[in-house]
Amino acid sequence: MFAGIDVGASATKCIIIDENKNELSSAVKRTGMSLRKVAGEVYKEALSGAGLEPEGIKVVATGFGRKNVESADSVRTEISCHSKGCYHHFPRALTIVDIGGQDNKVIRTNVEGKIIDFKMNRKCAAGTGAFLEEIARRLAVPMEEMNGIAESSTQETEIGAYCTVFTATEILSKIREGEKQEDIVRGVFGSVIKRIMEMDPLLGDVVLTGGVAAHNEILFDLLEEALGRGVLRPPKPQFTGAFGAALYAMM
Amino acid sequence: MGEPKRKKIRASEQLRELLTQHYEELDEAANDGDKVAWCSSVGPMEVLVAFGFKVYYPENHSALIGARKIADDYIPVANAVGYSPEICSYLTSDIGAFLRDETPLKDAYGVTSIPKPDVLAVNTNQCRDLIEWFSFFGQRFDAPLVSIHPPKYLDDVEEHHVDDVAKQYEDMIAQLEKMTGERLDEGKLKEAVALSLEATELWKAFLDTAAHVPSPLTFFDGTIHMAPIVVMRGLQVAVDYYKLLKAEMDERLENGVAAVDDERFRIYWEGMPVWGRLRKLSDQFVDLKTCIVASTYCNSWIFDDMTPDDPIRSMALAYTKVFVNRSESAKEKYILDEIKRFKADGIIFHDARTCPANSNASYGMPARMMEDHGIPTLTLDGDLNDLRCWSDEQATTNIEAFIEQLEER
Repeated sequence: MFAGIDVGASATKCIIIDENKNELSSAVKRTGMSLRKVAGEVYKEALSGAGLEPEGIKVVATGFGRKNVESADSVRTEISCHSKGCYHHFPRALTIVDIGGQDNKVIRTNVEGKIIDFKMNRKCAAGTGAFLEEIARRLAVPMEEMNGIAESSTQETEIGAYCTVFTATEILSKIREGEKQEDIVRGVFGSVIKRIMEMDPLLGDVVLTGGVAAHNEILFDLLEEALGRGVLRPPKPQFTGAFGAALYAMM
Repeated sequence: MGEPKRKKIRASEQLRELLTQHYEELDEAANDGDKVAWCSSVGPMEVLVAFGFKVYYPENHSALIGARKIADDYIPVANAVGYSPEICSYLTSDIGAFLRDETPLKDAYGVTSIPKPDVLAVNTNQCRDLIEWFSFFGQRFDAPLVSIHPPKYLDDVEEHHVDDVAKQYEDMIAQLEKMTGERLDEGKLKEAVALSLEATELWKAFLDTAAHVPSPLTFFDGTIHMAPIVVMRGLQVAVDYYKLLKAEMDERLENGVAAVDDERFRIYWEGMPVWGRLRKLSDQFVDLKTCIVASTYCNSWIFDDMTPDDPIRSMALAYTKVFVNRSESAKEKYILDEIKRFKADGIIFHDARTCPANSNASYGMPARMMEDHGIPTLTLDGDLNDLRCWSDEQATTNIEAFIEQLEER
């Protein structure tokens, strides 16, 4: 058996797979302050879900807290793990978009699943999960409700600013102008997609993955709208990195 | 913090002594009323040496501020008096330190202050920020500023470009003659140019040993051992030092000693060093068994077009031909040649926020390197001195992922 543990900036995920790459169990928790502890907890929960003991299980850790996982046999960056995970589901040349809690990544892989190139957003949280959380707080809307509100919109409010703080100011002026809440929220998600579109031309088959997209399905619609074509969705986008790590554990 | 993980170069001890002596001499010169000139690092220093000036280089001072991780104490001080956080952080570090009346020279070399200039000399081949930087100090110290403004962004340096710059050198010499009341001693100028040439050839020979697999040195060694080629050109001490350093590398080559044990990957570094993260980055690359074998930055002090037989024209050519002063296509060709020569597996572009002149990731070059030439590239956002523009977390992950990418190729 093989486990992948993805200690992300917002959430920590664990997935256990068998030798046929079938998922046996998974677990997720908010990352919080103690990386070691949360990594241990998700692993324990996934083990118990699969009815397994830790003996003999190979573990690869990934994510920003990858070096804080006691049970890990080795580590691999989330860039490699997302690629590995996506290629398993879609074995062809891909452009992978991972919207994370703190950073966005665009990874291009070839037909063999090998990385040709990757980019991370510049040192700025605009367009990431952290950006959405900040704006939700400003709008006094619980983050879990943001997706539903945006989906009820028929007219997206144009958000032009680059920066999280400026966007918040821009939103204040939109509120003053009487724009509807749902249109503004849709505009906020639209702004995430704009930041992604600035990173790369997004050619070929595009996969959207990561926890932020998993919890905010509207991002799939908006990305498809922006690209004018379909976007691939892995079965459990939040677990793609952990799944890729488990695949590395098999190697 | 202990020793860096890469192999230590023995000559480092002599380098320390040499730099201490250099700054002590400058200090004495300033205190005794001897002539002191400030000069840009890729500038007209041979002329100043020929006039008998002791030469001080603010860029070296700023790099020291960066390497000692105190730039973030000073940059905001300069920002507060109107120097934008978006402009050269060497400039803002140096002006900020001056406004606080502090210098790392005290800690590093026991020198209490930067030496007061009698004249400041600038070549704008690198950027315009140098002019604003030197002008600030010219006003503060009530000292004249002389400058060379070469034509910029050149594909090739042609005769008429050299004519133009050589004429500017002649004008500068006339100004200096007027200021000092002395005629230029042409013999001394030839001697300074000859010594610059000899030092620069030895510096190149030192850097070129990294073409060997495995490399006996890393970019991080280069950033330290470059000090004499920056601040002691035109002087015998630089020549002597690089003979010693080159001999040590030859010894490493003979004995098969690698700077990074079990070297697996070789990388070309494009852009400025991140001075406050030299150690951290050097250690990370050692852990990844990766050697940064060459860089545009360290190569930028190779001026092998100089010739003592024609000092003025050859200086004009050498200092105009520098990489930073060239067109995008000339730069691209240069980097491609260097990648081949040093057998590099990929390029890391450091996109320094406050140094567009020395950042080459902004006009599509990384994408062209990859698409047109199949060379893997990584771009790191950062800065030379301003660590507010640098994320350790992102840099660490990006570098690690880049090496994973190379592993799986």
